[in-house]
Formats: sequence, structure tokens, C-alpha cells
Amino acid sequence: MANIIKKGIFSKGLKLPENKISASVPIKKLPLPDKVLILLQQHFGEPCDPLVARGNKVKTGQIIADSDKLFSAPLHSTISGTVTNITKALNPFANNIVNAVEIAGDGEDNWIELKSEPIIKNICDRLNEIYINNLNDYLNTAEDNLQSLKNLWNRLIKAIDGISDDELIKRVKNAGVVGLGGATFPTHVKLATQKKIDTLILNGCECEPYITSDHRIMLEYGWQVLAGAYIIFKVISPETAYIAIEDNKEDAIKLFGRLIEDAGLEQKFKIVSLKSRYPMGAEKTLIKNILGRKVPVGGLPMDIGVVVNNVGTAKAVFDSLSTGVPLIEKVVTVTGDIEKPQNFMVRIGTPVIDLISCCGKFDAGKTKIIVGGPMMGNAIVDLNFPVTKAINCILLKHTVRIQESNCIRCGRCVNICPMNLMPLMYAAYAKNSKYEVLRDYYISTCIECGSCAYVCPAAIPIVAYIKTAKSVLTGYGK
Amino acid sequence: MENKEQAMKDKETKDSSFKNINDIADSSIDNNFNNDTAEDDVKNQSPDRLNKSRLNNKEVLLMSHSPHIWSGFSTSKIMYIFLASLIFPAASAVYFFGLRALWIIITSTATAVLTEFIIKKARKKKFVMDGSAIITGLLLALTLPPRIPIWMVAVGSAFSIAIAKEAFGGIGYNIFNPALAGRAFLAICFPVEMTSWYLPGSFGADAVTSATPLSESFVYEGSKAALYKNMFFGNIGGSIGETSALLLVLAFIFLVIFKIIDWKVPLIFMATVAIFSLIGGDDVLFQMLAGGLIFGAVFMATDYVTTPVTGPGRAIFALGCGLITFVIRKFGAMPEGVCFSILIMNGFTPLIDRYVWPKPFGFVREKVKVKAKG
Repeated sequence: MANIIKKGIFSKGLKLPENKISASVPIKKLPLPDKVLILLQQHFGEPCDPLVARGNKVKTGQIIADSDKLFSAPLHSTISGTVTNITKALNPFANNIVNAVEIAGDGEDNWIELKSEPIIKNICDRLNEIYINNLNDYLNTAEDNLQSLKNLWNRLIKAIDGISDDELIKRVKNAGVVGLGGATFPTHVKLATQKKIDTLILNGCECEPYITSDHRIMLEYGWQVLAGAYIIFKVISPETAYIAIEDNKEDAIKLFGRLIEDAGLEQKFKIVSLKSRYPMGAEKTLIKNILGRKVPVGGLPMDIGVVVNNVGTAKAVFDSLSTGVPLIEKVVTVTGDIEKPQNFMVRIGTPVIDLISCCGKFDAGKTKIIVGGPMMGNAIVDLNFPVTKAINCILLKHTVRIQESNCIRCGRCVNICPMNLMPLMYAAYAKNSKYEVLRDYYISTCIECGSCAYVCPAAIPIVAYIKTAKSVLTGYGK
Repeated sequence: MENKEQAMKDKETKDSSFKNINDIADSSIDNNFNNDTAEDDVKNQSPDRLNKSRLNNKEVLLMSHSPHIWSGFSTSKIMYIFLASLIFPAASAVYFFGLRALWIIITSTATAVLTEFIIKKARKKKFVMDGSAIITGLLLALTLPPRIPIWMVAVGSAFSIAIAKEAFGGIGYNIFNPALAGRAFLAICFPVEMTSWYLPGSFGADAVTSATPLSESFVYEGSKAALYKNMFFGNIGGSIGETSALLLVLAFIFLVIFKIIDWKVPLIFMATVAIFSLIGGDDVLFQMLAGGLIFGAVFMATDYVTTPVTGPGRAIFALGCGLITFVIRKFGAMPEGVCFSILIMNGFTPLIDRYVWPKPFGFVREKVKVKAKG
């Protein structure tokens, strides 16, 4: 593995207890849900308008909502059945009420006809066969297999190179692929950028404790991730691509080293082994740590010539080309204080309760159900809440009630803040409803990573204050 | 039932007001998930079905804001570690100045806690034993001369807590370091008692008065090396806790290891005094070891509440302390300036915090933006 780059820490970081208890549990397919609720805004940008009406029959993979705006991605039916209702639902990530389509399944899972490239599909089937058979012993594949693997990869890369950029972008857009790291930025917008991009970063850091979905994706769908990354690489044509993985996922680092060798992409793809610190996986800190560049306030990584994509996104991009399957399912970790923590491949729109009920007992009276990781996730009040494209973890966590006390100005929040802000000021001013002042303290730069509240000895819910202040301030702006 | 009503109330306030964010934030909402009879009924079912059937009844779930984990390194933990480090100077106080020092320490600490308790009760606030009052009392005691009347100790300690701390709103809101404010109060009210120093180990009728090394009347009979040795180990006149440089350095290392204080602050403070003493032509080593410099730099200039929050701000604070200490020692009427230098710089803390900020990540100067627009 010659092409592994080790990186130290160039930004502030927090060492958290990892608690990745489901890291060794293979991804399991969840049985088809009886009904799904598909929120019509699961991405960053404009909401979609429904294309179906109550009573319509839909098939799996059929587009049910779309928007003609650029910052948007179409949504697909994730099961086959009947549209029972078009209603409104709360999206806890954006904290807004959005339209939602409710579909009752017929239990048959009838797919629409998928548009795939026959040549690529053929290669992929054979690649998959070899890799699946060798999954347990990936690193010691037999010599003859190795040669055929290299041939297959060669043919695959040639086939991808043969497809035009516009066609690839169109496919990604039609498949409704968005950033699966949590930000849900529409991927086709990233691909279609006119800016000069010199670096592609594939984000496999997964710095939040407990979550293991990206880790499992890298282990079980490794070659699809790499192939998807190559598609993105081909479209935006940067000079180098870095696969960023934290050093607590040694197996994934080894695997990707091997995969890159198989694919013969050593010249273009490099693996970066990063120290596991929180929030290493946040876009801005990741770029800072790998390249030493800083994303300007209010800017995007594209502005400094970088595109960051999650490993799950890369897999979705590849699926849209190889099999033509749109983004209708994703890997979700169910973990925490529950009997059997697991990783599931679930259809988007599945109620959270379906996932939890497959994981055994938990102490419901004192457990919080959190959508997302322990640092940035939101606790939910309704167990029928559906899985969206932004969700990669459902965490069950026992609550311990901590009494908030006065700020003692110890400066720990200032020291730890990855964005170099002064979180104690946010808490102090927001407490007294003086939100306007916080603009001067660059509150919009805050990424709400939760580091400040984690280290606060006075247990002040700084993030809650910041979120309140932000929503008040944006409300004033309108 | 009461809990349930409370829960409903919490739920109602959630939408209506931003101010009550804390009340709703971690409110444990009672629900009947733990209903034992329900469990018995469905015992024979598989665990999967069990959970689902129980959860499907529209129950209220626990709510709170992110993050959902906490370091557990609480204010009281910090306070008790700090308190543990104060054992070093307290030990030297008792070793060199005997039971008398112990009485001062006990009186000061007890009065401080008692005062805080009374004031909290009078203000109808909850009294939390977070250790900060003990620290204030102990710090004050260690900065007092060994023969001070015990009632004065009690007065100073009560002043520290009542006026310098609680009158400003309690922990986190005081502008001046309470212990130092108490000491300054005593120094102004009882100047004679506060400046009569005694050599360690001499008590009762045959007590030997001695000036602190810093006062002009101080004469040491012996070699310089012996003087430095005594000053280093603490066998010298002075406030009860400040004499032993050795134990203070140990306490400093202890605090740095536990990441309670910023190691730069005491070092910058002392380096500033050293550099200016060198320029001013004083005995640098003597200036370092004498008086309350190490004590003040380690325990007082690193106080969280009364010093700036940012690293650079704290450096400026330490620099200012060092400079003022030097000026008072060299030109002032008083022999010692550490106490007042820190108090003066405490006053500058809000000003420093106003102007010394870290630069936000990826911050672009306004000028560049204007240019880009034009």
C-alpha cells in the first residue's frame, strides 16, 4: 500500500469516546415496509412538487415528485403500491413543515423498467461475483482472480470514459442522488460546476461516535464506492482524488489500498489516513486537514477548487449508472442503548419504528430516540417519522439530566471550536434574547458540531441557544 | 400524575417561547412505557413484536437538543481538582507557620461557605456546593500574614464572598477575583496587621518579627545562596501560603497536568516581571522568589471568571499583570504589587475580551469584499 498518506492534526479537534458498537455487524436488508412516507424536500435547496395524486398506482423507482429548479433532486417511490395521501410532515433536520407523499405498499415490489448500460452492467455483475466470493478474504485473492479483476476494472473504466459528462450528470440527477453525509447537497449541482476543480475528496471519515453506516458501506460496497468515485472524478476532472478515512477504520484503509491497486488508479487516487478527531468529517475541517486550505466564510468548497463527496454518495452515483437504480434505499445504523445494534439497508420513507423494532429490547422509559449521531442528531417525538436521505443513524440513548449552571468563562468552548468562534458569547446573549448582537460574532459561521456544549463544564446547551438565535435571525431577515 | 401535568405544561411552553428553552430542553417526560402489566400480557411474543406493540401506542418520547453526550467534566470537578492543588501551599503554610496557619485556613474557608449559604438563602436561590466558595476562602487564607487576628480573617472572607462575588451575581459574574478583593479590603482597613510579618517557626512571646524580603527594611544575615535556598523551600517571612516556591511549582505542574489552567499565563506573568527587573537592574532571581509572585501567577492570574477567555487575551492579561507588578514593586509605596496588579488587570478583562478575538475559520477581511464588488 504505497499510496496511503498519513496526516496529523492541523485543526482543532475533540477526542470522543467512539462507541462504534455496530462496526462489525454486516448490513442487513430490512423487510419491505407496509407503507412509506416520502418527504418532498429531502435535499438542500428547493422543495419538489408532487407528480402523483391520491389513489394513483406507483411502481418502485418511479419518479413521484420533481422540481424544475437547479438546487433540487427528484424523488422516487421506494415501494410499489398506491398513493394513499398527500399530506404535510415535520422535517426535523430543517425544522420545517414540508409536503409528503404517503404510499401504501402492495408487498410485491414491482419495479419500473430500469435504464442501465448493458456493457457496464455485464462487467459489474462479474466484478461483483468475484468480490462477493472473496469478501471474507479480500486481501488474499488468488492470482488468477487478480488478473481477471484487473481486466474487468480496465474495461469498466474504459466504458465509463466512453460516456459523455452530460449523460452522466443527467443520470445522477434523474436518480435523485444527493450528498448522503447529512448535508444532502444535490450531487448533480456539484458535478456540473463550472469552477476549476483540482481536488476531489471522498469523505469516509465518519467522525461522529456510534455511527457505522459509512464504515460498513466502505467494507461491503467498496468497489462500487471506488467506481462511483471514478465517475465523479471523470466528470469534474480534478488532478487528484483523496479518499479520506479516519485511522480507527484500519480495515477500510487496507481494503481501499487494495481496490485502488486492482483498478490501476494509483496515479489518480490517494488514501489519506486521518487521526480520529471530532469533527474531522465536517467538510471545512476535512479540507483544512488534507489540503491546508480554508473555505471562506459563506463560501462553498468549490470556491477553492475542491469537491467533497461522501462514500455513500459515490455508491449511489455508481448505482445510477450500472443498474440504473435510483436513490431509494440507504444504509442506516440503529445503535446505542439497545439489545442488538445493527446496520440496515432500508427503503427511504420507512418509519423509524420499523427499524427499531428489529433490534430487540430497549428501556423505553428513559431512552431518547435520536435521528443522526450523538453530537448533531435531533431527538424525535414521533416514531412514525420516516427515514430520509439525510439520515444515516438512529441512536437510542439513555438520558441523564444535567443541571445547567453559570458560565465560568473557562474558555474551553473557545479553545475547542473548529470554526474559531466564541460560543460562550452566543449562550450569554441568546439567554437574554439579544440575538442581533450575535451577527457581530459571526454566528452564521457556526456548523453546530456540538463540540462546545460537549466540553462545557457548566453543561450549558450552547447549541440549543445557537439554533434558536439562528432561526430568530433568519426570521428577521425575511 | 403531577409529572404528567408538568410534561404537558412543558410541551405547551415549547412552541410559545424561546426563552424557556432550558425548561423544555431536558424535561424528562413521564410515560407509561414501563408498564409492568403490559409486559406480562405480551411475554410470549417475540421481542420484536413486543417492542412494536408497545411503541405503537402514541407515547410521548424524551426530547432534548444536540449534542446528546457530555464530557462529564463539570464545574465542580474543575473546582475540586483546583482545590486539591491548593493542598501544596496549605501544607507549606501549616509546616512553616504551625497551628496558627491552620486556624486561619479553617476560619477563612468556613466563613466563606457559610456566607455563601446565607446569601443564597436570602436571595432565595439554590445553594450548590460546587467548591468555589471553599477555593475563595482557602485562597484568601493563604495570602494572609501568619499573626493576623482570627476575626479579621472572618471579616475578609465574608467580604470576599458577599461583596466581591455574590453582589455581582455569584459564580461566573464577578469582575474581580474575590480572594484578592478580600485581601485588598483587609490591607486597606487593617494596614498594620496586614504588614506585620514573622519568621516561620517563631510563636508566642518570643516571636521574631521580620520584614518580607521585598520591604526596604529587610536585611538577611547570611550568604546569598542560603537566602535563595530558604526562599525556595519557604523558610522565610511572608504570607502563610506564598513562601515555598517549591510547593507552588509542584501545584502548578499538577494543575497543568489536569488541564485546569493555561500554562502560558503564569509563565508570561513571571517572565515579564523577570525581564523588567533585569532592565531595571534588580536581582532577578530574588524578584521571582520573593513575595506572592508565584502564588499570584499560578492561582490568581489563571482564575477563569476574572480573566479573558481567549488564549491571546490571557497572554495580554498576564503581560499587563507582570508590568504592573514590576511598577508597583519598583516605584510604588507598597513593597508588594502582585495583588493589586491582578485586580487592576481584572478590570481590563471585559475590554480585552471586547477586542481580542480569534479569527473565524475562513474569515475574509471586509476590504477584500468591497474590492471584489467594485
